[in-house]
Amino acid sequence: MVAVLAALMPLADVVSTLVQAAAGPLFVEFPFERTYVLSIIYVSLYVSLSAVALSTLFSVPVALVVGFTDFPGKRLVKAAINTGMGFPSVVVGLVVLFAVSNQGPLGELNLVFTKEAMIMSQFVLATPPITGIALASVTGVQADVRDAAFALGGTRLDVALTVVKEARYGIATAVLAGFGRAISEVGSVLIVGGNIAGSDGVSKTRTLTTAVQLEARQGRYETALVLGAVLLVLVLAVNAVVVRLGDGGQMR
Amino acid sequence: MPIQRRKFLAALGTGAAAGLAGCSNPLGGSSGGAEVAGETLTLTTTTSTYDTGLLDALNAPFEDMYGVTVDSVAQGTGAALETARNGNSDVIMVHARSLEDEFMRNGHGVNRRDLMFNDFVIVGPADDPAGIEGMSSAAEAFATIAESEAQFISRGDNSGTHTKELGIWSEAGVEPGGSWYQETGQGMGAVLNIANEQGGYTLADRGTYLSQQSEIDLTILVQGPIEGGPELLANPYGVLAANPERHEDANYDLAMAYIGYITSPQGQQVISDYTANGEQLFFPRALSEDPNFQQYVPEGWSADESNE
Repeated sequence: MVAVLAALMPLADVVSTLVQAAAGPLFVEFPFERTYVLSIIYVSLYVSLSAVALSTLFSVPVALVVGFTDFPGKRLVKAAINTGMGFPSVVVGLVVLFAVSNQGPLGELNLVFTKEAMIMSQFVLATPPITGIALASVTGVQADVRDAAFALGGTRLDVALTVVKEARYGIATAVLAGFGRAISEVGSVLIVGGNIAGSDGVSKTRTLTTAVQLEARQGRYETALVLGAVLLVLVLAVNAVVVRLGDGGQMR
Repeated sequence: MPIQRRKFLAALGTGAAAGLAGCSNPLGGSSGGAEVAGETLTLTTTTSTYDTGLLDALNAPFEDMYGVTVDSVAQGTGAALETARNGNSDVIMVHARSLEDEFMRNGHGVNRRDLMFNDFVIVGPADDPAGIEGMSSAAEAFATIAESEAQFISRGDNSGTHTKELGIWSEAGVEPGGSWYQETGQGMGAVLNIANEQGGYTLADRGTYLSQQSEIDLTILVQGPIEGGPELLANPYGVLAANPERHEDANYDLAMAYIGYITSPQGQQVISDYTANGEQLFFPRALSEDPNFQQYVPEGWSADESNE
């Protein structure tokens, strides 16, 4: 995870340079300071990747448990997961805001208008799609694979890891879907993060999506589109990295 | 298989460590020392002060002077006050005196100061279908728009501009509504764009209008008081601190330092020096040789009714 993040930082640098070079002649002059765009990209990646990493750690075990055990209320849990995929991000933002607000239950932690609060709300948003798609892919693993793992003397954990290995492409899709949901949403990060950038032009809680919203609010649609293009390139890059990691695993 | 499991566990552990590292940051941050340096002041404010770029110019010297960070959250007057009501803001800079007064009367805010002013203008398409150009009364202009049922785009977002707009409608004796009146719930820039697209009228603060003038075809039809228009279109900004007795997490010391700075001769100079497209956007109003007691209390309040 840390390695991925570290690998992405120079990548983000390259991405912004490329976009800068491409967008310059296409639109007007590239309208932003380099540090401004880089810090926004950093905040976007830091928040969304952290949220997706935490979601994945939570979702995959949940998907395994729900997928392979029978318990009363299982259909209810599945229905809840599927409903969660449709949570409107503004509503999630409001709920998290109430939780972290200084008068809320987590008020002591002073989390309002911080990246950590944004990670919380994106965790809530990314978990249902990751759990749902991971659940579908682990239940799709043939029963005889599990039986074979058991028959070879594997523990329950061994069996679970075998299933995860078999279902890795589905789980990678789940993670990418969660990442897509997290990095593209604007409603909740705007509410809990506050879209803050310092007077020196360094983003504190401004992400690419809220920066686009800020430009659009002021009627600067061209510069908003430039930032939108940066977001698109970034998502493409993260997808490429994840697919690459998946292929590497296959070759071994 | 065991080797792979170990790898998987290692990856899991690294991920968990990375996640926890992120989570433990704020705890470390909140237990800082007693010095002001390194602290953070949360300012909730309106979109017009932020979008015009004034705040960055105003905050940079303050941050250097005290070694602190100002987090500016641009929300619109209603939302800025609501955020402070929930205890999430230290200092508030807004432009709707009636809402500021209510906030103070409810005990949420203290030490209000007049800060600066600019004005509102009524803008619309150059061909002016309702024929309001050059009217000397804002209420009369609004009444004429309502009478001819020309398109009017309203902010509809409980912002300072929206509050002012509703004030003018009530002055005009008109209850706005119907297909010609559109509430958008959007910021000033977006509303100017919508009015531009639809050939409608709207009420805009002069600063935002000037910063967008080159991209839209709307023209000023009724001037504000800066250009000799009616006093009703004045747009005064105030600054106030969150009441530390109500909101114990509020950084009251730093909030007062900030209010002190922006109402000082130095801060007021920054405001009057700030221009966009060569025009001054805000006019300082905090300093005066004569006493101005009304800035500290709700409008119309006098010591005689002090037992309220």
